[in-house]
Amino acid sequence: MNAPVFTPSRRNVLAGALILSFSLRALPSLAQDQDNAASKPPLPGSLKRAPMLDAWIRIDADGVITAFTGKCEIGQGIRTALMQVAAEELEVDPHAVHLITADTARTANEGFTSGSNSMKDSATAIRNAAAQVREILIGVAAERLGIAADQLHAQSGAVVGPDNRRIAYGDLVAGDVLHVTAQPVSKLKSPDALKMIGQSMPRVDIPGKVTGGIAYVHDLRLPGMVHARVVRPSSYDARLLSVDTSGIEKMPGVMKIVRDGSFLGVIAEREFQAIAAMHALTVAAKWDVATKLPDEGNIFGFIESLPAEEHVIADKHADSAPGTRTLEAVYHRPYQMHGSIGPSCAVASFDGDALTVWSHAQGMFPLRKGIAEMLHLPDEKVRCIHMEGAGCYGHNGADDAAADAALLACALPGRPVRVQWMREQEHQWEPYGPAMVSRARASLDIAGNIVDWEYEVRSNTHSTRPPGAGQFLAARHLEQPFKPGPPRPGEQPDGAGDRNSVPLYALPNVRVGYQFVPDMPLRVSALRGLGAYHNIFAIESFMDELAIAAGADPVEFRLRHMQEKRARKVIETAAQRFGWSSASMTEGSGRGFAFARYKNLGAYCAVALEVDVEHESGRVRLGRVVAAVDSGQAVNPNGIANQIQGGIVQSASWTLYESVRFNQTRILSQDWSTYPILRFGNVPESVDVHVVDAPGEPFLGTGEAAQGPAAAAIANAVTNATGTRIRHLPLSAARVKAAIGV
Amino acid sequence: MITLNVNGRSRDVDDAPNTPLLYVLRDTLELNGAKFGCGLGQCGACTVVVDGKPVFSCLTPIAILQGRKITTLEGLGTEDAPSPLQRAFIEEQAAQCGYCIPGMIMRAHALLTGNAAPTDAEIREHMNANLCRCGTHMRILQAIKRAARGMQAADARAPAQEVRP
Ligand code: FES
Ligand code: FES
Repeated sequence: MNAPVFTPSRRNVLAGALILSFSLRALPSLAQDQDNAASKPPLPGSLKRAPMLDAWIRIDADGVITAFTGKCEIGQGIRTALMQVAAEELEVDPHAVHLITADTARTANEGFTSGSNSMKDSATAIRNAAAQVREILIGVAAERLGIAADQLHAQSGAVVGPDNRRIAYGDLVAGDVLHVTAQPVSKLKSPDALKMIGQSMPRVDIPGKVTGGIAYVHDLRLPGMVHARVVRPSSYDARLLSVDTSGIEKMPGVMKIVRDGSFLGVIAEREFQAIAAMHALTVAAKWDVATKLPDEGNIFGFIESLPAEEHVIADKHADSAPGTRTLEAVYHRPYQMHGSIGPSCAVASFDGDALTVWSHAQGMFPLRKGIAEMLHLPDEKVRCIHMEGAGCYGHNGADDAAADAALLACALPGRPVRVQWMREQEHQWEPYGPAMVSRARASLDIAGNIVDWEYEVRSNTHSTRPPGAGQFLAARHLEQPFKPGPPRPGEQPDGAGDRNSVPLYALPNVRVGYQFVPDMPLRVSALRGLGAYHNIFAIESFMDELAIAAGADPVEFRLRHMQEKRARKVIETAAQRFGWSSASMTEGSGRGFAFARYKNLGAYCAVALEVDVEHESGRVRLGRVVAAVDSGQAVNPNGIANQIQGGIVQSASWTLYESVRFNQTRILSQDWSTYPILRFGNVPESVDVHVVDAPGEPFLGTGEAAQGPAAAAIANAVTNATGTRIRHLPLSAARVKAAIGV
Repeated sequence: MITLNVNGRSRDVDDAPNTPLLYVLRDTLELNGAKFGCGLGQCGACTVVVDGKPVFSCLTPIAILQGRKITTLEGLGTEDAPSPLQRAFIEEQAAQCGYCIPGMIMRAHALLTGNAAPTDAEIREHMNANLCRCGTHMRILQAIKRAARGMQAADARAPAQEVRP
């Protein structure tokens, strides 16, 4: 192998205090083997966390069926998919299943709704629990009817016998028969007997959403509810010196101004009154000196100068032909934001003893823990209930808004308080997806095969989520502030900054390093896909560079190095449906292809697309886009297609336009004009998604499968169109124009 | 008191005249359709139709709306009886989080009211004012086209008007 991609001398010069903590982190396959090696088979999915069947499925004496999930609907369609899964094994109509989503008083603690894990965790738990419930009910009926269980079957909410004798579920559930511990193995329906799973059932939430129903926490109106706004410091760490509130207290509708250290908020009878008072407070507040942010123009140099922990993610060696050509490349991804269309919102109500918070954050249990800590309340005095928000795509301002609402509600006991952030607050204060840099080096043998591969990625943490109270902005600004917990690098096999840093291709020599940078110049956290977006952009761009160097067709080159059957199928499907060819296109037009398996253990996704690059402006226009995806057993194919289409279009926005702007004191990206995103004028001509079903295979999740491949496919197409490789995101018109030298 | 005509009903509201329509719709009249997205006229989440034209309700004070016809998402149809455009969004499953969708529907409604057969380019241009972050754009375009087709088909089925010389 060659020397490390980041040379020690460079590192020493730039890094100052380099923290060396080499650790060989388990590869996916190793970790799974260890799991499987446990003596007793583990319970499936989230049954591990909550093993009682009635934590997942409850049937009342009147026959009403309720399913419980600790996950949240965040626009990914999980509500509908979970109803399908429960209904399938219970042999009832999906609409007969009432689904309760994350609520600390009612559902299992399934942590965060993140990482495309809801199907793997929660659908697996619900499906197994439902199957076990069905078998228990059949057993009870068998006893009651004096008929062998194998003569009975479940049908439309009842157990039915050979002579058509039937007992409704509701009549079988007396005596807590479902309050039992789940078994590791369930009698799941066979793939060919499935009726609901695999159907593109229309989403149950859409009719309400398109007709003005109460759909979001933003729409929650409680009796006596009042409205609040917060005033954030003038920059990240600024402290509130003084604020003259005397005039503001007399403004129409103003009920209370709340100040605790540098936390400043106002509660009013009506929403627009709260906003007017917030504007007045913003003018009245005096803050001390602002944070020193690094120079945006040299942000990557700055990040490379920060101390880093070194982790070895992969290190394997085998005999191989000698390399005859070596390529090297460096890839950059700027800070990018979640940019939810609806700014974060929460409602909280404190009765003098206990607090209830309605929030669209992704983890109700961690949120509760953080809020309880912040308010010095015992956990059981805080209840957090999930309600939908605008799509969040990771850790946005939702948790912070919930903490704001909690603090303000405690200042006005007896009145529910609704807080919504302003657009400028969401843009400036949400935790961004971190800027990242990676270096790749690989050698080709004489036949054009990759013989060694080295990759190093440098990144901040990708999670600053609660439970710690110090993860909330408000808690940091209190008179008695809470400190954020130490940033964590994340864990393989999922990975964080190192997510998808190991190529899935069969390569004889692979070394992958992860330089984890604890210091965070900008506030960062989980943005959809975490490091996978950058790493797949880099790896799949680099594969293209290698294919070009080898004189190979990029699709053939990928297949040449890919042994996983399902991966090959997805690559072949996308190429074939797109009508892939490497024949050259008209000037200014190009094709691009990319593939990844999310986290190397989730869904497989390949994207083929074409672009036109406008020579004068450098503007990239997207033409046809075709994707293929294997998410395991497909529960709702249209839902999967919806997620993949969305992922591609969102990634196109990140990839072509987005970069958080800042100067040395503050964030300059404050709204949609200072942080432009994709608009209708620039969406692709078409986006076709082909779902490759895998009957009988585990659910793999879908929400984050497409972003990485879409980014690399765009970059590869731009190269194909212009002959120039751009390795620095976004591929903005200005950058493309500069690269093609017009 | 200001009297507003919302979805064909006359509504007296006691909000301050400079209050943007959005807050009056949401908080005073308890209508959920129009959403707060930016308050800056940049995203279209708050779009409603006033006298046939799409407007940003976040920027429009109620003082200038007396006597004008305001239509919100709720004025098109209900969950049980959705309008053709709402039905087209359901049929295309044109939502992920759905937060932007009410504004999309209202802007599209204004387009189709004036132009029952818009071209693809016209739809894209018209919808450019509204943002979606989930990337539902392709389905939103499909839904608008589906609704337009449905409306043309309905027109074609309607008995021909007698043409008088
Ligand atoms: S909320 Fe009115 S345009 Fe964004
Ligand atoms: S569907 Fe979520 S913002 Fe458009």
